[in-house]
Amino acid sequence: MAVVAEKPADERVKQSSFVTRLMRRPELGALSGLVLIVLFFLVFASGTMFTLSGVITFMRPAAQLGILAIGAALLMIGGEFDLSVGSMVAFAGLVFGASLTVLDLPLVAAIPLTFAFAAAFGALNGFIVLKTGLPSFIVTLAFLFIFRGLTLVGLKWATGGATQLRGVREAVADSPIAGLFSGEALQGLFRWLASLGLIDTFKSGTPKVTGIPVDILWFVVLALVATWILTKTQTGNWIFASGGDANAARNSGVPVQRVKTTLFVVTACCAALVAILTVMDTGSTDARRGFQKEFEAIIAAVIGGCLLTGGYGSVIGAAIGAVIFGMVLIGLGYTTIDQDWYLVFLGGMLLMAVLFNNIIRKRVTGER
Amino acid sequence: MSGEHLVEMQGIEKHFGSVVALNGVDLLVEKGQVLCLLGDNGAGKSTLIKTLSGVHQPTKGRLVVEGEPAAFASPRDALDAGIATVYQDLAMIPLMSITRNFFMGREPTRGVWPFRQFDFKEADRVARDEMARIGIDVRDPNQAVGTLSGGERQCVAIARAVYFGAKVLILDEPTSALGVRQTSMVLKYIDMVRKKGLGVIFITHNVRHAFAVGDKFTVLNRGRTLGSFMRGEASMDELQNLMAGGRELEDLNADLGGTV
Repeated sequence: MAVVAEKPADERVKQSSFVTRLMRRPELGALSGLVLIVLFFLVFASGTMFTLSGVITFMRPAAQLGILAIGAALLMIGGEFDLSVGSMVAFAGLVFGASLTVLDLPLVAAIPLTFAFAAAFGALNGFIVLKTGLPSFIVTLAFLFIFRGLTLVGLKWATGGATQLRGVREAVADSPIAGLFSGEALQGLFRWLASLGLIDTFKSGTPKVTGIPVDILWFVVLALVATWILTKTQTGNWIFASGGDANAARNSGVPVQRVKTTLFVVTACCAALVAILTVMDTGSTDARRGFQKEFEAIIAAVIGGCLLTGGYGSVIGAAIGAVIFGMVLIGLGYTTIDQDWYLVFLGGMLLMAVLFNNIIRKRVTGER
Repeated sequence: MSGEHLVEMQGIEKHFGSVVALNGVDLLVEKGQVLCLLGDNGAGKSTLIKTLSGVHQPTKGRLVVEGEPAAFASPRDALDAGIATVYQDLAMIPLMSITRNFFMGREPTRGVWPFRQFDFKEADRVARDEMARIGIDVRDPNQAVGTLSGGERQCVAIARAVYFGAKVLILDEPTSALGVRQTSMVLKYIDMVRKKGLGVIFITHNVRHAFAVGDKFTVLNRGRTLGSFMRGEASMDELQNLMAGGRELEDLNADLGGTV
């Protein structure tokens, strides 16, 4: 009996159109959110917000949050949380600052050391979660406090009693790789664009925006690399599988433990990168660095379409989520609206995103 | 169409502490044969599958695969020996696409590290072809497995095992959660797999489903095999009674005034 020949066209299933295929994209929520926010500020904010310098102003905080959100999104898709990333920013900042100012290490040594510390603690997070089978929520919540406390204790030790550590800028002033982690990039390009009259300049002829802050470049490059890994590689498939159903993934030969541990390490390293970028920028570090950033990163990931249950989401979405954050945080200053509405917005955005994601998930799985 | 022995179990016992889950199981699967393993709940079906697929190691008895004595330390070992298990929970992830599920853990790649990619073009093609072969028209292999019906999902899981070179398929109650038409789709596919020369161990407690495709029926009760019958050697009713613990035998015994 040839079963192959039997191909009944199911009249109950409509052809999937471009629109329904678009509806299946996890980024859709974030993208439509972004459009709404841009429209909002086009109407209510002063015109300077969307000039080149205005864009760079809101992209900087967006980039710093975005780097954390990329790690958080990958980890969430892999089925785990990390609530300790905010504290990890402070802790890595301490390791970085202290190794430069107290241990007098050169920048080329301080940066790998900071990443090594972050990676080790990320792996510890992962190890405890996977060995005990406890929810990562509770394990990393413990580390939220542990890292914050360690940072306070460490700062006092390093400074002799203060909770702020200064002198980083002086310590790295003549390092050849300082330009990778601080200042602006592509200055030549901007001078050239200014000479062509394509971007705004001061009367002297120097462009108003002299280059792109490196944190924005790091953010964009990481978002692209992470998206490629997630959507185009075997590792990406393992991340989706580990988060979708760890048991099924294991049965199919996916090394779930290795995938999840690596994701914890990556998340911690994202926090370390943010710590390095911000400490280099301000020249100091303090105990409140990264405060509550773990929540903002997770919210950005959720706005970006990541399901809290894992197995579904998008890095690009999370990056857009972070841009929305930066836009509102800075953008409210361009309007007559009180800045403190920021928190109200944040909560409202999260609620809307979760409701929207629920609908999307039902669409994807054909649940009714 | 049969003849070659694929898998043979001889006097397999499995004890968990003082609990005897399997107490002497014998079964034999040949090439191109569907062996139906019948048993009521608690008969030891799950333990038997897990022993065959390498999750558990037998306490006693012999396992012979293609004429060679075998011992599986892990599910990976069993898979390498060509014994693939399609579990009831399917090992399918509803949120992931058909292609992603089909190749989960065994993704085809192209390019050189660090630019090595999941070869989606090839994977989509294989997934679509394999689905078409079963008679499932996949318009878009990128649609989520969650959009497929229960029967289709079951078929995808079986097709995946076949594609990756299984010689013996263990199907754990593949039809128990399905409707009538879905069931017939899965049963048809089991028949196709048999014709390809694979051995199938079809676990079920539904004698009707077993009769539809089975070449051979082994009844399991209280951890031991009560008997094996070739097609035509036993009626549906007889098998049903055996599964239920041979109540008829007991009744007969009582009539004779015996003390069992």
